Amino acid sequence: MTHDHDHPHDHHHDNDLDPFAARVRALETILTEKGLIDPAAIDAIIETYEHKVGPRNGARVVAKAWSDQGFAEWLAEDATAAIASLGYTGRQGEHMQAVFNTPDTHNLVVCTLCSCYPWTVLGVPPVWYKAPAYRSRAVIDPRGVLAEFGTILPETTRIRVWDSTAELRYLVVPMRPEETGHLSEDELARLVTRDSMIGTGLPLRPGALSPDALWPAGDDGEGRG
Amino acid sequence: MNGPHDLGGQMGFGPVAPETREPVFHADWERRALGVTLCAGALGAWTIDESRHARESLHPAIYYSASYYEIWIRALETLLERHGFVSADEIEAGRPLWPGVRPKQVLHAADVPRVLARGGPCNRPVAAAPRFREGDTVRTINAHPETHTRLPRYARGKRGVIEAVREGFVFPDTNAHGKGENPEHVYTVAFEGRELWGKGADPALTVSIDAWESYLEPA
Repeated sequence: MTHDHDHPHDHHHDNDLDPFAARVRALETILTEKGLIDPAAIDAIIETYEHKVGPRNGARVVAKAWSDQGFAEWLAEDATAAIASLGYTGRQGEHMQAVFNTPDTHNLVVCTLCSCYPWTVLGVPPVWYKAPAYRSRAVIDPRGVLAEFGTILPETTRIRVWDSTAELRYLVVPMRPEETGHLSEDELARLVTRDSMIGTGLPLRPGALSPDALWPAGDDGEGRG
Repeated sequence: MNGPHDLGGQMGFGPVAPETREPVFHADWERRALGVTLCAGALGAWTIDESRHARESLHPAIYYSASYYEIWIRALETLLERHGFVSADEIEAGRPLWPGVRPKQVLHAADVPRVLARGGPCNRPVAAAPRFREGDTVRTINAHPETHTRLPRYARGKRGVIEAVREGFVFPDTNAHGKGENPEHVYTVAFEGRELWGKGADPALTVSIDAWESYLEPA
């Protein structure tokens, strides 16, 4: 990908009509010409979060916790270290806490004050996670929010909402679906949706496995275009 | 500050409307906005707390009508001006006009994997023993600073239980304003739904926040 700022028409843009696109481009130009940023570093950051760091990381963590009791205990005790053992470290995952769903309690993660999210295991947050509707209602009407995701829980299920107001980042470990005893760790990981690790959804059942629906388009090169 | 960002319990924003087959980015400018924001942060001139405060200081009418990447870019322009890297007339002109402050560091492509994989840990040693223990009942302070704070309005003046004693962390209320890291112990404090939302609350709801020690008093 090239970024030749003498020839802005050479840019690949799909939204040239958006006035904010021009504003971002102007800012990038100013910063680049002043030597404050390296456009190739921007490309590397985009590449990282569009194709390398995404919910597949978290799915691997969850699948391992489902398959390996020792790992699950480590994850409960020191999530940062347990997750780092799979190679997932760094920005917005420096201080991790895993929270485990049980038959009695369902966990839901929000950041009411901004957009705090466990990037190392889930990638960059989806639009709705950062938008006022979710941030305002997750703490006062979580059941109503869950219903909008198609997630209906029994009224007796306790809902535990984690508002990420400090630097801890939360990963929900959903319950392992039934009838998955025969599945390998890789197969289990395919059942773990992003939303099930935020708490707005539940894992897929083995029969419902639909690779296209698992992760956002673009993540790990799947379903792009 | 009691800014537009402090959304917990507010009403009127409608349904959440999750997308199906949602892309990581919705437009090319969002990709560039992410990259520009992270690269500018890597200049090392401001902290994450100062950048959060710049975002929540946007006018509410702008904050609520902007997408989150737009909020990032608007706040970034403020930070770049405040720290002397870019001036308002340059942003207006869309091109450099002045030399500006020189950075102490610039993030280059070769360093991106290492820098992202390292992140920016904000745990710090705290000499004093934690004031509270797991299981203690506490009350959050009822304070309305005009400056940055991470104690949300819906959880001020509320009774909760210490569920976990965390490490010491940089105190955002001072760090956002260049007044030092002043690390404090952080606690996960759990509140019953009824304590936060009154009689109409979901009886099976518990909400927790992560609170710095000075947000809490014994109850």
